[in-house]
Amino acid sequence: MNLARLGGLFTTLLGVVTLVFFLIHWIPGDPVDVMLGESATPSDRAALRHRLGLDLPLYRQYLRYLHSLAHLHLGTSLHDRRPVGDLIAERLPATVELAGVALLITLAIAFPLGTFAAARHHTPWDRAAMTFSLLGVSIPNFWLGPLLILVFSLWLGWFPVSGREGAGSVVLPALTLGTSLAAILSRMIRSSLLDVLGEDYVRTARAKGLDDRRVLWRHALPNALLPVVTVIGLQLGSLLAGAVITETIFSWPGIGLLTIEAIQRRDYPVVQGCILFISLAYVGVNLLTDLLYRRIDPRIRTGTDR
Amino acid sequence: MNEPLLEVQDLQVRIGRGPRAVRAVDGVSFVLHRGETFALLGESGCGKSMTALSIMRLLPRPAGRIVGGSVRLDGQDLLDLPERDMRQVRGGRIAMIFQEPMTSLNPVLTVGQQIAEVLALHKGLRGRAAESRVRELLDAVGIPDSARRMKEYPHQLSGGMKQRVMIAMALAGEPELLIADEPTTALDVTIQAQVLELLQSLQARYHMALLLITHDLGVVAGMADRLAVMYAGQLVEQATRADFFREPLHPYGRKLFEALPEMDKRGRPLTVIPGTVPPLDRPFTGCPFAPRCDYRMARCEAEPPPLHRIDGREVRCHLYGGEVHVPPAPERTAPDRPRARRRSDARSPETPLLEVRGLKVHFPIRRGLLRRTVGHVHAVDGVDLRIGQGQTLALVGESGCGKTTAGKAILQLLRPTAGSVRFDGTELTRLRGEALRRRRREFQIIFQDPYSSMNPRMMIRDIVEEGMRAQGIGRTARERHARARDLLLRVGLREEHLDRYPHEFSGGQRQRICIARALAVEPRLIVCDEPTSALDVSVQAQILNLLSELQRDFGLAYLFITHNLSVVGYLADRVAVMYLGRLVEEGPVAGVLEAPLHPYTEALISAVPRIDPEQRREIIRLEGDLPSPTRPPSGCHFHPRCPKAQPICARSYPEQRELRPGHWVKCHVAG
Repeated sequence: MNLARLGGLFTTLLGVVTLVFFLIHWIPGDPVDVMLGESATPSDRAALRHRLGLDLPLYRQYLRYLHSLAHLHLGTSLHDRRPVGDLIAERLPATVELAGVALLITLAIAFPLGTFAAARHHTPWDRAAMTFSLLGVSIPNFWLGPLLILVFSLWLGWFPVSGREGAGSVVLPALTLGTSLAAILSRMIRSSLLDVLGEDYVRTARAKGLDDRRVLWRHALPNALLPVVTVIGLQLGSLLAGAVITETIFSWPGIGLLTIEAIQRRDYPVVQGCILFISLAYVGVNLLTDLLYRRIDPRIRTGTDR
Repeated sequence: MNEPLLEVQDLQVRIGRGPRAVRAVDGVSFVLHRGETFALLGESGCGKSMTALSIMRLLPRPAGRIVGGSVRLDGQDLLDLPERDMRQVRGGRIAMIFQEPMTSLNPVLTVGQQIAEVLALHKGLRGRAAESRVRELLDAVGIPDSARRMKEYPHQLSGGMKQRVMIAMALAGEPELLIADEPTTALDVTIQAQVLELLQSLQARYHMALLLITHDLGVVAGMADRLAVMYAGQLVEQATRADFFREPLHPYGRKLFEALPEMDKRGRPLTVIPGTVPPLDRPFTGCPFAPRCDYRMARCEAEPPPLHRIDGREVRCHLYGGEVHVPPAPERTAPDRPRARRRSDARSPETPLLEVRGLKVHFPIRRGLLRRTVGHVHAVDGVDLRIGQGQTLALVGESGCGKTTAGKAILQLLRPTAGSVRFDGTELTRLRGEALRRRRREFQIIFQDPYSSMNPRMMIRDIVEEGMRAQGIGRTARERHARARDLLLRVGLREEHLDRYPHEFSGGQRQRICIARALAVEPRLIVCDEPTSALDVSVQAQILNLLSELQRDFGLAYLFITHNLSVVGYLADRVAVMYLGRLVEEGPVAGVLEAPLHPYTEALISAVPRIDPEQRREIIRLEGDLPSPTRPPSGCHFHPRCPKAQPICARSYPEQRELRPGHWVKCHVAG
């Protein structure tokens, strides 16, 4: 961890803010149209524009936005005049809940599956596990989501169809997200473990007379998981970034859904706020992963001078 | 003789399945007694490691299988044991150490944990008792400060230390048999000497049997009581050390001796073993060595030779089948072409091709929040060199001494921190961009590892022609093709090889391609960075022959970077010895190798294993490892390890002194 790294982080965020600001203004459509409807008179429109500051040149709007950001102010929603920060804070628990449960499901599927497949390399078990994971990767969420709703909500009636009411409502969206992530992660774990099982130190462990179980758990897995930690970090980042499609399918009131709604209303400050938050979450989680990585890999933790 | 400890009978190992399974071990039999050292000697791929792994029943799964024979330990056939019982043998009665200490220890467990694991498993020791035993073991293998070291991770130890830890781990189970698979191949000579000596003393102390797997005749000569030579999965000869080194019986063993580069063989091409090891995926109808053998008879192709017993030795060769016991003089396939003897004593001419002065390469060490430079690694710290047209200068030193960095800095592949590099009168350090690129045509490099120094997705044709295109050699594609073909023929390959990819070639062939690639732009100087250290002895001989032929034909100058002193003696005109970023001695090859001035050079030369077991000479043992080039010791960098160090050595760095004509040293005590 050093200053250059922090500086890079800041630059990344500034880049995101700038890119999003200009992109969203280039998209056709106008928040005033959305707010006033077709029937509004030109003078009404002009008045509203002026009140929202949308009549200023784009670069002035951009500088104003940066200025408020510098004061940790994300702006106010054009739609309902509420501070963007409040809107995000309101939706955050839903997103965190979904991301957390989805990550747990991912890990619960991927670890046993990947480890099992690697330990039984070259057997039909390995091939079966990998076929299963290939299926998981190939099935898109917009298909798996409705399928789960059909089976578990409509036919079996176990879980609600959509929304966030009651403890059971998180299961289906989390399962949808978890399946595809678990499919990717289990392949990662398997290939990482296979690499490690071919290492010289695994041979050394066998030469000591250790049994296969101990070789796997004590010698191979801790090494195999080092690169996997990075991938888990990336995945958690993408979960926090709001699973836009999944949240939409299940009407899950998280950041993803908020973003989509805001884009539809051309609610510029909310879109910008959401995307800034998403980038921040992503970058933050990856930073944490890196720090964690330094903790768990003794080669970095106790690095000697080279 | 007492009952044998280990008895291997007709061992058969296959890799892969079906009719094309590789016969990695094909009927190997030998016995090993308590307290005895038995060496399996052979080149890569001969099956020696597979034999060792079979004894441990640790063949790579699922491809490797033992399909026949027996491995008896004290009469008990290990191949019949259930896996559960076999685990008691592994690490308990038989322990093994491997070639690569760098990768053979688990990076996320401490050294102490890894040793304690064996103690818990085989000795039932835990907690305090285990901890004190770990310390005893680390002390026994000569690791100082064991209490601290046991809490460290493998990456915090040097290569030699890691191999000591491996040995401590092997000793933890108090084995009756220790299998050492190329235990010192990855180590520097001075460290190799330490580790071999350690193995010998431990063996005597614990009365272990030692099965030593090696390709190095010198190591065998210093260590083995008896030995077997392995070729193509079979033992072709078995003898006591004395008998074998007096006169090897099998033609293959003889060839191995002749292929060794040595000072006495200077000016003559080395004997090579023509051809390559035959494919092992089918049974042999005759002797597997027959196609490469100088003594080949009709019978050799027709029937596999039986094992003949002569005066307590065993040899698998038809030469010894009849009355004839002494083989007739061989018809030389490659007669000793008298080569124009290079003027090895010729001092560098007035205008050297390459002149390096005060070359320094310092790498900054950055640390902390601001990445401040907190120090420098003095990788190369003031090196002066001269190489004349058509001459070979060997740059010798142990790993980490900065020799490769110096080579790269000379070629401007790394920009030097300071100093001057004049090539044929041009100051290279001032050249930039296009001017430097143009000039690169005249100095090329050949790397150590021919496996990773070629782009696997390029065909040989493109690899060889790429430099020609970049330097505008050959006006048309046709001309370049013709030139690539000629070059390939020149380095001993064939025209059809042009359209193949690197993975289709053996290590020796790849190194030939790398040489052709370097030659393609008509260089005048080639930096050869350990060009043969990844190769077997017989292949090394081919490459060395090729390099000296090319030097004669094209008047090339070589900067030969190596740690292998026998290669130096064979090939170089002058030798420069490097220690911790600086040259400590330079002179003509005979002077440096036969009467070294610097104590470091002396130790280095004495540590090289001799192949003449009778002529054992005292090894000058260097204590400890190479110090860190970040904080070199005060005064003479070598003084903490120097057996001749005086008080002055700790105070000031010695001046360069020319003690003999053209032979100088930086040492307070030399001369």
